[in-house]
Amino acid sequence: MKKNYVSQFIGFTFLRFCVFIVIGILLIILWDVFSKGACAISWEFLTKAPTNGMTKGGIFPAIVGTFFVTVITAALSIPLGMGCAIFLNEYAKDTKITRLIRMSIRNLSGVPSIVYGLFGVVLFVQILNLSTSMLAAGMTLGLMTLPWTITASEEALKSIPNSYREGSLALGATKWQAIRTNVLPYSIPGMLTGVILGLSRAAGETAPILFTGAAFFLPFLPKSLSDQFMALPYHLYIMATQHHDIEGVRPLAYGTALVLITFVFGMNIFSVVLRYQLRKIKKE
Amino acid sequence: MQGTAMKNEKFLNATSIFRSQATTQTSSKSVRGESASPVKKNIKIKVESFNFYYGNTWALKNIQIAIKENNVVGIIGPSGCGKSTFLRCINRMNDIIKNTRAEGFIYIDGKNIYEKDQDVVTLRRDVGMVFQKSNPFPKSVFENVAYGLRINGVKDQRVIAQKVEKSLKDAAIWDEVKDRLSDSPFSLSGGQQQRLCIARALAIEPRILLLDEPASALDPIATSKVEELIHQLKKEYTIIIVTHNMQQAARVSDFSAFFMMGELIEYDATSKIFTNPSNKITEDYVTGRFG
Amino acid sequence: MRRVKDKMIHGLFFLNGIFVVAILLGIFSLLVFTAFPAFKEINILDFLTGSIWNPDAYLEPSYGIVPMLVSTFMVTLGALVVAIPIGIGAAAYLSDVASPRVREVTKPIIEILAGIPSVVIGFLGIVLVGPFIAKVFGLSNGLNAINGSILLAVMALPTIISMSEDALTSVPSNYEQASLALGATKWQTVIKVKIPAALSGIIAACMLGMGRAVGETMTVLMATGCAPAMPKGFLDSVRTMTSTIAIELGEVAYNSTHYYALFAVGLVLFIITFIINMTSDIILHKYEKVHR
Repeated sequence: MKKNYVSQFIGFTFLRFCVFIVIGILLIILWDVFSKGACAISWEFLTKAPTNGMTKGGIFPAIVGTFFVTVITAALSIPLGMGCAIFLNEYAKDTKITRLIRMSIRNLSGVPSIVYGLFGVVLFVQILNLSTSMLAAGMTLGLMTLPWTITASEEALKSIPNSYREGSLALGATKWQAIRTNVLPYSIPGMLTGVILGLSRAAGETAPILFTGAAFFLPFLPKSLSDQFMALPYHLYIMATQHHDIEGVRPLAYGTALVLITFVFGMNIFSVVLRYQLRKIKKE
Repeated sequence: MQGTAMKNEKFLNATSIFRSQATTQTSSKSVRGESASPVKKNIKIKVESFNFYYGNTWALKNIQIAIKENNVVGIIGPSGCGKSTFLRCINRMNDIIKNTRAEGFIYIDGKNIYEKDQDVVTLRRDVGMVFQKSNPFPKSVFENVAYGLRINGVKDQRVIAQKVEKSLKDAAIWDEVKDRLSDSPFSLSGGQQQRLCIARALAIEPRILLLDEPASALDPIATSKVEELIHQLKKEYTIIIVTHNMQQAARVSDFSAFFMMGELIEYDATSKIFTNPSNKITEDYVTGRFG
Repeated sequence: MRRVKDKMIHGLFFLNGIFVVAILLGIFSLLVFTAFPAFKEINILDFLTGSIWNPDAYLEPSYGIVPMLVSTFMVTLGALVVAIPIGIGAAAYLSDVASPRVREVTKPIIEILAGIPSVVIGFLGIVLVGPFIAKVFGLSNGLNAINGSILLAVMALPTIISMSEDALTSVPSNYEQASLALGATKWQTVIKVKIPAALSGIIAACMLGMGRAVGETMTVLMATGCAPAMPKGFLDSVRTMTSTIAIELGEVAYNSTHYYALFAVGLVLFIITFIINMTSDIILHKYEKVHR
């Protein structure tokens, strides 16, 4: 009997150790980036363009570029994703086509991001002739986030009790009226929390924008959707591997990494807080 | 078009044979039913050889029933007997359940609602429904009642306000909520929520009201309020109420229909059903021997 | 009128649903169409079995993807060797050992780890993991397959943990109770009853983690050195399919043979990940059926 408990103790210690490793990895990542990145952060770093062959100055154009590209991503991904989720949860019957759609969504979420990049190059840059631009990059990212948006939106729709739909239909609402007036208003906040999480991941992606619009260096801000742009993740990649003075610009790279992580986490935290607030409202 | 008509005719013939077997029983019942009510009233809902399936399950078997205007009909029976299913067939709420099928005829004011050209939306506006579990929407009390008006295109705020007030009064809840119209309905008690849902159904002025165990989740006082309300409402509406509480059926309904295993076993004046049912199974049920 | 409008809206949403299928088909067919011209000049057998990738050679450019396949395979294998035991261990801890409070704290941590951009992890591979590996093995630099494997393990961990935990928690509790009632310790129950019962879910989780590792670009691009030669061991620099595309696509002319060849690499990558994901999907569905 005693032997059993010894083996249990050893076993559980191993499991605990596994969790510690995971937490440890995260702590190391955060500690390294924050401790070494913090000294690079200054008002100038956040508001100026890079200067002196990117050895001095800031990353303002990259922040702006990432922000706008994320907006384009959202503009494509949110309506299409929500529409698809509405179809699947509200309209679709269990047919072959529905199953095909669901299978496609699962597979799309597993397509490597660089493949989305290739797709973006051919479809947006070449066939639709958008050239390498913010629009092409944003749309590529939009397609990439689509499966996440759909899944998140469907979860939110599923959480709406069926009695809202039935109650509305029983009062003589058409199907669309019931959805529009009595399902969507209560599910949109929930949808958004999931969608923002997906967008934050898109904001940190590099591979899909490598060839669709991200620029090595631009001294000015993009003026229209058809301009190239600087992006935080791509800038970090450049500073870490492609710069002529890699060791010299390391602090800048750390600073960029810190801003990027903050940008992504900021969106994450926003969505978590939103979710928390919503739960509180629902409980009341 | 002609094909379906022919088919229907055939179907009618087939079922009429079936019916003729049961004729003696049904017709005698309906005669007694009429004699039980002093005033002769129009038939509002007529159900003929109606069948309903969930996938392969035969949930309603060859239902025949005629319901007169301004009557309250109680539907009783053990759980799973098809009472709620039947109720939901009258405003075609079962359409939204996947993999279901209806056969036969339900006439409301002489029109078959299972006809192809029947618009279910119009139907549901005419046939109001209150659900077993009160389901107020997470809007204010006022907006809950106004909801049906708004989706049916009423824009004039004055009209909406008037109708909301009238509905709440008709549902005998106005005095309790008139100062909290902008509150969340979830702050109301269970009985108030249910009467709010009734008010919501009344606001669009239906001709028929379907109540699916409206008091099953309520305490005795709230229940008696809802029952009182049903009494009031019957002046203007034809009401069908599903209940598993036989005392309630005895208290509120003029006629009672006893369902079992998807079949309509007996339909007669409530007094008759509860004191001297013609069918042995009905008697066993109303005397509490099973169910 | 109202009915027509409602039908139209229904139709619109239906088209929206079909759009998703169209994207998947679009990705596949555009890859095929763009990759196809490459095989006018390259023998498809040479492409699939050639062991030299040197499209820029002056005299005779060669397009053999075997070094990339081997590289991808190596880093993925390394990543799984690291991530699977840790991932399953952490999942088992969270589902069976941890108190609800610990679970509530740990779950967001794993979500945060999943949210760290791959480019940041790649960067840390250069500045943190690389020097460490160089020191341990006495190398001039630490940008090699081991580095890539470690980083990919970090990226695959959140997927493996959260999906395995789902699988473990959905094991019916009567299995567990039956085992405990027979006098088994909790540890024995976890190892002998719960993990076997959730095995297909856990395998599906690992497959999905593998899919992520195979398709991951930035970390391997930054941290594995990217020498195009055939790797000889885990301490060699490797260059996966993803990093080859990332490095070379920016430098080639549109519609050249080299360009098409890169799309052919992309197509191979797509097919590999597609098979991995489908397999994971099928395993997962089988498992759902068993438990219902």
